Amino acid sequence: MNAANVDAMYQEIILDHYKNPHGAGLREPFEAEVHHVNPTCGDEITLRVHLDGGRVADVSYAAEGCSISQASASVMNELLVGKSVEEGLQTLTVFQELMQGRGQVEPDEDVLEDGIAFAGVAQFPARVKCALLAWMAWKDAVAQASAEEDS
Amino acid sequence: MAGHDVEAVRKDFPILTRTLAGDRPLVYLDSANTSQKPRQVVEAMERHYLEHNANVARAMHQLGAEASAAFEAGRDKVAQFIGAPRRDEVVFTKNASEALNLVARVLGDDGRVSAGDEVVVTTMEHHSNLVPWQLLTQRTGADLRWFDVTDEGRLDLDSHTLTERTKVVAVTWVSNMLGTINPVEEIVRRAHEVGALVVVDASQAVPQFPVDVAALGADFVAFTGHKMVGPTGIGVLWGRYDLLAELPPFLGGGEMIETVSMDSTTFAAPPHRFEAGTPPIAQSVGLGAAVDYLSRIGMDQVAAHEQRITAYALDVLRELPGVSIVGPKEPVDRGGAISFTVDGVHPHDVAQLLDSQGVAVRAGHHCAKPLHARFGVQSTTRASFYLYTTEAEIDALGAAIRHTQSYFGAR
Ligand SMILES: Cc1ncc(COP(=O)(O)O)c(C=O)c1O
Repeated sequence: MNAANVDAMYQEIILDHYKNPHGAGLREPFEAEVHHVNPTCGDEITLRVHLDGGRVADVSYAAEGCSISQASASVMNELLVGKSVEEGLQTLTVFQELMQGRGQVEPDEDVLEDGIAFAGVAQFPARVKCALLAWMAWKDAVAQASAEEDS
Repeated sequence: MAGHDVEAVRKDFPILTRTLAGDRPLVYLDSANTSQKPRQVVEAMERHYLEHNANVARAMHQLGAEASAAFEAGRDKVAQFIGAPRRDEVVFTKNASEALNLVARVLGDDGRVSAGDEVVVTTMEHHSNLVPWQLLTQRTGADLRWFDVTDEGRLDLDSHTLTERTKVVAVTWVSNMLGTINPVEEIVRRAHEVGALVVVDASQAVPQFPVDVAALGADFVAFTGHKMVGPTGIGVLWGRYDLLAELPPFLGGGEMIETVSMDSTTFAAPPHRFEAGTPPIAQSVGLGAAVDYLSRIGMDQVAAHEQRITAYALDVLRELPGVSIVGPKEPVDRGGAISFTVDGVHPHDVAQLLDSQGVAVRAGHHCAKPLHARFGVQSTTRASFYLYTTEAEIDALGAAIRHTQSYFGAR
């Protein structure tokens, strides 16, 4: 790994998502809203989930942070909206494995689509948390929203 | 007086000759976070471990005597370095954070801060000199108040009035984010007028300029070894002896006692009362070597170099379009830490791109979240300088920022 090789991290796809984020902004309706912070750098995200009969109907968010955390929220929105909660959680697992694989995991484009661009970020341990911030917020929100739906 | 010979100084810091990925020479601009260590400090600690290692005080053998003498010699050197009237006013802790927690804890335990009283801090504090006072006021029912900061990044001493309710004023001497040097003497004067104690966080001050705690007149001064070319794992709390002697212990354990029975204990005199357990022995040796090193160069020279290099860096950064300095923009009453933002590029991305050019800076909230909020920013990038920083390194910073801007298409 070459830490100077930032090009591996700042893929064109990531910079595109950073400049033109998909699904940004907070919307109604929603069943759960969470606020997550990365305590080491202060990146923050407020995220809402709207479920509709076991399907992810919307993921809306207001995020403040670096290009990696912003782009990751955008890619996540694209990947998850319209999927079933179960598929969404599987996608999360695959993305997490990629991010925690220290650059050794081959990304699965069929599952992750634009998310494969984050393979380079996995080589920078300090930035993995940035890429996971939105996903962890979504996981938390979906757990709350599902509990809501079930009750 | 001969000038400060940066090139000669750099020879004492082997790490500064390192190259990083991509064969880029290291440009270390993160000294406010932790300073690099000269050979002299590392070798003193190595010698101690290899030739004199033993526990202190409780070992009766010859090595024990050598280790004790070495440990206490570190205290002597630090006491002299900061102009402490007595050597037993120097308490060793594990860092500045622990030193500040110690004071906050024992002032509360001693009943010197209680319900209805007021503790005054500033919005400029590092979390280490804010959270312990939040904990103290929550524990005791006292009120936490603060001095605000002006848009320029100076303390606004008119933003709060001290009264006889004020029991403690805790203030940083130099801001680790803005670089501002605060008028600590004036704060001491105002605080003592109403009978309040003054605690000074000198973590960014003692490394940068000559400090004389007796002349300062504060009641407690805290700082940390690793920012002043010393090792990690050792911090200092200086306190007025008469006060230390009245205060109860912080942590209980070995070395801090006079006599112990199953139901009662009497405590050792300061500083040992506040140093439970095996202290940072090799670290004291290292810190002693660090103050020897700084004294040999001369803290006047260190301060003058810091001023020169900070003025140069302010010039370079002010010239860069799209770069905004958060904090005083003139090199007046200002230390060697400059926080800035780059239009259109998040601070973490700035730091990452600078790192790819070999330039090591810090990005984030620098443990000063309220202060960032005060300036309406979530985070900043910070470059900070020390006695080994060169103008060429500042030029490299400028070039790396321009590279970052073109990389992100921000300019
Ligand atoms: C102003 C200030 N106070 C306190 C600290 C805390 O020092 P330490 O982490 O060594 O306890 C720092 C450094 O991080 C600082 O810059």
